Amino acid sequence: MNVAIEHLKPRETHQAEHAVVSSLRKPLIAGNKSYQEVTDDICQLLEAKPGRGWWIVFSISFVLMVAGVAATAHTVMTGIGTWGLNKTIGWAFDITNFVFWIGIGHAGTFISAILFLFNQKWRTSINRSAEAMTLIAVMCAGIFPVIHMGRPWLFYWILPYPNDRGSLWVNFRSPLLWDFFAISTYFIISAVFWYLGLVPDLATVRDRVKSRFRRGFYGLLSLGWNGSNRTWSRYETVYLVLAALATPLVISVHSIVSFDFATSLIPGWHSTIFPPYFVAGAVFSGFAMVMTLMILVRWVMRLESYITLQHLENMCKVTLLTGSLVALAYFTEIFIGLYSGNPNELFVIVNRAGGPYAWAYWTMVTCNALFPQLFWFERVRTSVPAILVLSILINVGMWFERFVIIVTSLHRDFLPSSWAMYWPTITEVLIMAGSFGLFFTAFLLFLRIFPLISMNEVKGVLHYARHK
Amino acid sequence: MPATNSQERNVRYTAAFFDKEEDLLSAASDARRSGFELVDVFTPFPVHGMDEAVGLGRSRLTWIAFAAGLLGLGFGLALQIWTSAYDWPLNVGGKPFNSFPLFIPVAFELTVLFSGLIAIGVLLARNRMWFFSKRRVFERVTDDRFVMVLQQSDASFDMKNALALFNRHNVLKVIEGDQYV
Repeated sequence: MNVAIEHLKPRETHQAEHAVVSSLRKPLIAGNKSYQEVTDDICQLLEAKPGRGWWIVFSISFVLMVAGVAATAHTVMTGIGTWGLNKTIGWAFDITNFVFWIGIGHAGTFISAILFLFNQKWRTSINRSAEAMTLIAVMCAGIFPVIHMGRPWLFYWILPYPNDRGSLWVNFRSPLLWDFFAISTYFIISAVFWYLGLVPDLATVRDRVKSRFRRGFYGLLSLGWNGSNRTWSRYETVYLVLAALATPLVISVHSIVSFDFATSLIPGWHSTIFPPYFVAGAVFSGFAMVMTLMILVRWVMRLESYITLQHLENMCKVTLLTGSLVALAYFTEIFIGLYSGNPNELFVIVNRAGGPYAWAYWTMVTCNALFPQLFWFERVRTSVPAILVLSILINVGMWFERFVIIVTSLHRDFLPSSWAMYWPTITEVLIMAGSFGLFFTAFLLFLRIFPLISMNEVKGVLHYARHK
Repeated sequence: MPATNSQERNVRYTAAFFDKEEDLLSAASDARRSGFELVDVFTPFPVHGMDEAVGLGRSRLTWIAFAAGLLGLGFGLALQIWTSAYDWPLNVGGKPFNSFPLFIPVAFELTVLFSGLIAIGVLLARNRMWFFSKRRVFERVTDDRFVMVLQQSDASFDMKNALALFNRHNVLKVIEGDQYV
């Protein structure tokens, strides 16, 4: 039984005191918000009924996802023969999509872990949704190797568990197995990192929702959070530990993905440049996807005060840096092809730029090496339509990068008699469309169920660059 | 502290509500200096410098995470070396049975996995956080209020002094109640 002793003295709010803006730094959150306004702004997005726009996009994504499920079922029931693969080209659309989606995921971890370690406070507005994007992208990626196995119902054979086949253990010397460990660790650590970040915000939602069902739902998920400083102190320690673990983890994941190629003897794959090249490309494409999503989200949900032009500009700068690294990698590949004196290496370079898949190669070069250079201009970095268009083009380019690496290296191998061409079948296209459907369906559900901006972290930087 | 214990002792608490983190920070260090028994403070976000203000030391969770990482590393290496070189050695491409350099990636991933999961597990256990945890949540503390809780267990607890202290730091309201948990 608690009794209020007295209300000691009425006080006005502190709005006016925070209104003076520093001359050196710009506030991270526009609109001079109070703590309560932050809570209201973000929670209202969950409490209101979804608008017509949400339903339209959700329906389209859902239909795509169902089409993908049907195509996957067709593949599993009939076999990999439903795809356009042949003896020469054993990897194509499936692995392209796998690498593409894993790469997309990397930006979320980059924003949530690496920028956290570097104390980049602007990450607070975008880290939650970027991490959600990571989780969903890794789910999309995981589908492809599993169905590519041919007998996906036996996928658990990749686990080293005692079995009645010997025990016949898995081959720990294979990069494909490393991939399994890297990606499942990456998914688990990203999921707990994301969920841990959500807990205080779920408590905020729990303490204000009206319906009993919702209060129960958020009550379960918020794990009894009550904002105690003792809890916060340990929570922050573990958050830092996870950020420190996720940083080398994210670098290891795409490095290991690149080992799938680099440890083989195929010209065009067998290259020591692959790990850094893949990691830079992953962050590059991931940031492009974050920008696409954030521009749409801030526009539809009216979050311009939280995801400001400054946030977009910062992301453009990261994209410019990583895009330039990718361009450098393209240049290095050509140089090494010429310098190595290896006729097979040289042939791959010439065949990529002038062979039957030259259109894909030049799409890749234009979208990844040339277009991002426009971000040198401040007018481009601060124009929302320009960023949107460029970010989509970068993603197209990065998808083609994986296609070019995989298909053009395989389709003309050492024996001209086995040269072949690859074209995707409708089944493969539908599976790819289905992965985009899954991605957007899950992201739209995330927007409706969880606070898409980290309220507790935004409150912590609310007074950044404002005099008290 | 178990609830039965506090009911026997009939411990009461005083909770003071603030609306600025600076007020709570100064109030907390003031209360500690004035000899009040500070139970805990509650904030909507982690407040910089609060651990020092309430006299909380560094968490040892980093060491737990480190030990867990070593455990994962040991497990990863032992698993790979035992399965590949001892339990059923297979010749794969003429590589040695114990191809140690090739075992580094999986050992690294297991290091990260063990360290992260055990750190989180210990965090949840230590704070007794799980799906059905029921905890006293002060009004608006997950929104925009900063709360300091003082225990009145001590005979020397003087409400007048406490109120004077709260007032010095722009308190909004004060409530009293039984054991706060």
